[in-house]
Amino acid sequence: MDSLSILQLYVFVLAGFVGFQVITKVPALLHTPLMSATNAISGISLVGSLVAAGADRGAMSTALGLIAVTAATINVVGGFMITDRMLKMFKREERRT
Amino acid sequence: MTQLLAQATPYLTVQSLDARRLFIEVCYLAASALFILGLRGLTAPDKARRGMQLAAAGMLLAVIGTLIKEEIVSYIWIIVGLVVGSGIGAAISIWMPMTAIPQRTAISHAFGALAATLVGIEHYDHMRHEYMRLAARTEMPLDFSTFEMLALGFEVLFGSLTITGSFMAFGKLQGFVPSRPITYKFQNEINIGLFGLAVVLFIGLIAASSQDWWHPLMFYLMVALGLAVGVLIVLPIGGADMPVVISLLNSYAGLAASATGFALQNNVLIIAGALDGASGFFLSILMSRAMNRSFRNVLFGAFGAVAEQEAAVAGADERIVKSVSVDDAAIQLAYASSVIIVPGYGMAVAQAQHQVRELAEQIESRGGEVKYAIHPVAGRMPGHMNVLLAEANVPYDKLFEMDEINHEFSRADVALVIGANDVVNPAAKKDASSPIYGMPILNADQAKSVIVLKRSMNPGFSQIENELFYDPKCALLFGDAKSSLSKLVAAMKSL
Repeated sequence: MDSLSILQLYVFVLAGFVGFQVITKVPALLHTPLMSATNAISGISLVGSLVAAGADRGAMSTALGLIAVTAATINVVGGFMITDRMLKMFKREERRT
Repeated sequence: MTQLLAQATPYLTVQSLDARRLFIEVCYLAASALFILGLRGLTAPDKARRGMQLAAAGMLLAVIGTLIKEEIVSYIWIIVGLVVGSGIGAAISIWMPMTAIPQRTAISHAFGALAATLVGIEHYDHMRHEYMRLAARTEMPLDFSTFEMLALGFEVLFGSLTITGSFMAFGKLQGFVPSRPITYKFQNEINIGLFGLAVVLFIGLIAASSQDWWHPLMFYLMVALGLAVGVLIVLPIGGADMPVVISLLNSYAGLAASATGFALQNNVLIIAGALDGASGFFLSILMSRAMNRSFRNVLFGAFGAVAEQEAAVAGADERIVKSVSVDDAAIQLAYASSVIIVPGYGMAVAQAQHQVRELAEQIESRGGEVKYAIHPVAGRMPGHMNVLLAEANVPYDKLFEMDEINHEFSRADVALVIGANDVVNPAAKKDASSPIYGMPILNADQAKSVIVLKRSMNPGFSQIENELFYDPKCALLFGDAKSSLSKLVAAMKSL
């Protein structure tokens, strides 16, 4: 295992800890938006898909890349939009007159 | 030749950063920071939208950074994919009713995992040919490094398992796969056997040379096994356990993205995947704890549940429950000074959240106080009830978590249970032989009186008899939750 791989493991473990620390503070009230937000963020596979779809490495790569880009984009766009739609609904009590 | 190697295999040389690569790395770093800030926004409802906009901006940066990579030479298919994907994603999120959130989340996990898996397959196929070509030209034994193969294997294994697992969860939630546990003989043995076989293939992939003709065969067989295990592992899981399963699949989808990052040597993928993995893992722990069950029990426990339900239902026939008419219930609610509403999955199924709010307004207009008690596993995914009630314009400061409100039940005049069952079953506290014994519950049984809105006398999804319904101070109002609530509202208006 080379030093680059070790560094990546560091990144992974530390990011996991940061994630855990941040997420334990999210109230149960917002657990559904949290899940759909992390789900949208996991659409980051889009980054890998874009390269596969555009690198011109043959028909198979382009086809797999195209499907992957489409699937990941559904995830990203749909995920962020629905999270926003949900969050818009959470309101405090209005003072009634 | 060094140039040739550098181009094809980032693993062999350390590339120096030119301006373009520097810009890309800056984009990725900013994106990672924005994701963390975005999730941090979710700690408070009034900061949450802004946080998510930051996270979305992060995603945009990551995409822009990637699009200027020198490997990308043609944009036609990228644009097609982006346009089609955005169209579908936007359409789903605009027109889908809020009650379908769990289904959408499940199918969305499948899409994310599909992307990760396909990227993994493409990477394997492409790099295998590259290594063969280069090995032939340079006469050096070039191959996947152990670490690279390890990352690829995890990527496609987690990915494929999540694709079909999430699709099955989607099916169970949408109703085209029966939501009851589907069990057959030697189920766990078969599942473990297939998974074991996939692990053996994984080890084989790492040990063998990718230039052997059967190396791809092992690779694709492993993907196929992953897909099969995903289906089989969700089959025996019942509808009520969906919160744990969805959280777990959320975590796997993240881990698959992280593994993609390891395979592609891309830190933003590793970080975003790790955040998602940690979040899903945390939520599944939380959900399991709220059901007082272990992962093992959720994933492999379906057999026990089937045997126990029969015994429980058999012993329950002789006792009688008290039913209440709409008018009597309306009077009771009209004169209550404090009402706690306990919503459950039944409210979501009946789409009754708007009627719940109307009823609450009626009670409040007569001077009563209304609070909502939300059990962590009420519904089909974490936080399901909160979203539905928010949709019906219930202010979120009236929604209380279990620990916040449990001590208030004893002072409540009426606990109104709408389509919830196991989360208010006192057997969880009293009956050591009950399958849900030890599960933390809402203390609805301590309220001065209890009204339960229920479709029929059938026990809930877990098929466990509920002692609460036989309590003398508990009355049942039978019927569809939505129509019962409408009738209650009408009756209260005419009082």
